[in-house]
Amino acid sequence: MGFNIYDFSGMTHNMHLWFLERMSPTATTIVEWTIIGVSYMLFVALFGLFLVYAERKVCAAFQQRLGPMRVGYWGLLQTIADFIKLLMKELIMPKSADKFLYNLAPFIVMIATFLAMAVLPFAKGLQTLDFDIGIFYVTAVSSVGVIGILIAGWSSNNKYSLIGAMRSGAQILSYELSVSLSLVTIIILAGSMQLSVVVESQRDAWFIFKGHIPALIAFVIFLIAGTAETNRGPFDLAEAESELTAGFHTEYSGIKFAFFFLAEYINMFIVAAMATTVFLGGWMPLHFGSFESFNVVMDFIPPLVWFFMKVLGVIFLIMWFKWTFPRLRVDQILTLEWKYLLPINLINILLMSLVVLTKFHL
Amino acid sequence: MINEELQAYLAGKFSNAEVKPGKQYLEILVQAADLHETAVQLKGVPELSFDYLICLTGVDYPESMQIVYHLESVKHRHMVVLKVNTADRVDPKVDTVSDVWQTAKYHEREVYDLLGVKFNHHTDLRRLFLDDDYGFPLRKDFKDEVRIVER
Amino acid sequence: MSETKEIIITSDKIHTDEYLVNMGPQHPSTHGVLRLLVRLEGEMVHNIQPHVGYIHSGIEKMCEAISYPQVIHLTDRMDYLSAHMNNEAVALCIENALQVEVPERVKYIRTIMDELSRLASHQLWWCVMGMDLGALTTFFYGLRDREHILDIFEETCGARMTLNYSVPGGVMFDIHPNFQKRVKEFIKEFRKKLPEYDQLLTGNVIFQERTNDIGYLSLEDAIAWGVTGPSGRGSGFSCDVRKHQPYSAYPLVQFEEKLATKGDTFTRYRLRMEEMYESLHIIEQLIDNIPEGDYAVKMKGVVKLPEGEFYQRVETARGEFGVYIVSDGKKNPYRVKFRSPGFSNLFALNKMAAGHKIADLVAIMSTLDLVIPDIDR
Repeated sequence: MGFNIYDFSGMTHNMHLWFLERMSPTATTIVEWTIIGVSYMLFVALFGLFLVYAERKVCAAFQQRLGPMRVGYWGLLQTIADFIKLLMKELIMPKSADKFLYNLAPFIVMIATFLAMAVLPFAKGLQTLDFDIGIFYVTAVSSVGVIGILIAGWSSNNKYSLIGAMRSGAQILSYELSVSLSLVTIIILAGSMQLSVVVESQRDAWFIFKGHIPALIAFVIFLIAGTAETNRGPFDLAEAESELTAGFHTEYSGIKFAFFFLAEYINMFIVAAMATTVFLGGWMPLHFGSFESFNVVMDFIPPLVWFFMKVLGVIFLIMWFKWTFPRLRVDQILTLEWKYLLPINLINILLMSLVVLTKFHL
Repeated sequence: MINEELQAYLAGKFSNAEVKPGKQYLEILVQAADLHETAVQLKGVPELSFDYLICLTGVDYPESMQIVYHLESVKHRHMVVLKVNTADRVDPKVDTVSDVWQTAKYHEREVYDLLGVKFNHHTDLRRLFLDDDYGFPLRKDFKDEVRIVER
Repeated sequence: MSETKEIIITSDKIHTDEYLVNMGPQHPSTHGVLRLLVRLEGEMVHNIQPHVGYIHSGIEKMCEAISYPQVIHLTDRMDYLSAHMNNEAVALCIENALQVEVPERVKYIRTIMDELSRLASHQLWWCVMGMDLGALTTFFYGLRDREHILDIFEETCGARMTLNYSVPGGVMFDIHPNFQKRVKEFIKEFRKKLPEYDQLLTGNVIFQERTNDIGYLSLEDAIAWGVTGPSGRGSGFSCDVRKHQPYSAYPLVQFEEKLATKGDTFTRYRLRMEEMYESLHIIEQLIDNIPEGDYAVKMKGVVKLPEGEFYQRVETARGEFGVYIVSDGKKNPYRVKFRSPGFSNLFALNKMAAGHKIADLVAIMSTLDLVIPDIDR
């Protein structure tokens, strides 16, 4: 299928050559890094703001109200106004806080988020790093964020923060397992951990269809565990408002609070993007076996649109959880993981191996 | 038991106490020394079983402090008002009933806070609402030049 | 302050694994300025010491300086969600003392207003209960329906929260011509909306897990600690004043005192939900039969109670509310005491929540339905 107009690899390659013609290889590398860095930062800032806006609108829809309406058309500029407010707020630090760690924590959370984003394939050729251990890399760096949360909770010298951080630590460590194991299920199916390969092998059918029931189970588990890992409701124990005021970021204000806030939303995006890439075919269009005309029409929709449509769909699901479910208790959250999700996951891997061994998926 | 029966029963049971029908409920006025024993009896005797302390409060009369207990029996559904006068108005002391009705523990703290009645043998007699150095505001001779404007 | 002293005294006894957390006076789930000194070991609650008095306003002292009808206005400010029941308690107490028989119409109006207040209060409780458990959407569902009741209140007596509707001898104004129509519309609509509450929260697995089998309160403890209202009835404590010492139009209506024996958080939750149906049922019986007549009897300009002591109990949304008036025959009361349901209910919290997790403490506190001005007075 030759829809090369949507292939970004040619474009990036040409850009690289264009730079090489004009400057030394070292300078080229530096310029390219800068471009990538700036575009990631812009993306995080803008998409984060958009997600905050979307969350407020989705939540408003669930609660039978309109949400922000005053600033800009349908309140579109509301989150920008909020962000400016956060930027201008005073940075308050508790007197007895551990100064260095207190300041470091928001950056660790933010860095973990950026690191995880580096391998996400947005479209063909639009991927910064294409490791052969891509999936492993994402699970590894996304758990760096919890260190930031633990440091934030400990260093702000507040009991609520500390309880929040402890909860968060226990929760993320447990759910990390489920996330990895549900991804392993798909790795067995795909035969590779390289994200571009995973996406490519979903060309004829997405893994959620291709992998039959085990893939579906893995997808559900991934969604649950992913929600838990981003500390979002119903798993928002770390910042349980009614119990711990604001949990680990109780003592943070201004831009440092904004970092935590933004990181939460971008983490949600990463979870959704991983779900999309691994289960829902990434930027691959929807194809149905032999409906040739349907498949061709689907091919015309650009991969970036496909990717973001799926991501936003998953994000909508995650928001739906948050605004309808009550919060779980800390022991229930661990029971859910260790007594239910983990055994199901292990059996699921076995099932998937059987499916792959019998070549049932082809 | 209806009020007349209850009155006769109580009068027989508590010879030292004064049992009389009040405007609404039956009233028993006991001596401060008998209070705890009376309370135990009121709750413990199966025919009475006043197990629900509705309300515990104090009134500052010119010559003494009066502590008033509104009691109800969940089983028999009769009510009685138990009253006790303290000997001393300025430094009033009565026995606690918090070991009989647990809820009295905090009601007594409130009475101590607002009227300055000390409850003997109370396990945790601290002020409930106000500062330690604040007076006892529900006493009639309480004066606060700053916060209370007399008209 | 007494609180600080206590910490110093007990600090040598504190085990190294335990630590103190001050929940409140500013905390999202204490619903006001209540402070709980919580002793924790990890997530486990060992002991809860409530510290009250942050909005103690000396209402009882104030009452001694004002006339009887003025006392009613202060009662609004205690349990602001059961404002009308509090008003009615004082009005009934004065009427009993003066032996004034109020017209039938007044009784009907008061009872309907009582039950509407109870509904509004339970609706708000439901919103907040969901919110305390992290289900934020409930808040808007409850407030949406509560708005209709508040609109009816506003049309009837000009106020939405602090109603001031009952006066000695009757009610302040006659009901609005639209009153019956609007109440009937509301009932019809709310009967459709109530199942929505169950769909959103009651049946939810997480909600059930969070509330079932926590915060047990035995019948003995409920009676001993004087826990009344739906919280007490959840433990099987039959304490509905509307049944046992009926007032206003309650003797005329058929209703059930909902009782349960399990005494856990979910039971208390369910009882309040059932009480909403029961309230609707009571209003339905009365709304079409409001008799014609005066809305108040003519009282003297200055209300003077005969010498003596008077006690009136009513059932508010939270439990048993009592007014104790000592009169010396003058135009001001000699002593007024308000027995507030929240006061007794709050102090049973330690009994119920010790040994549970922090998250359970919040849920248990929620089912006690505390209103802080009601406790502090």
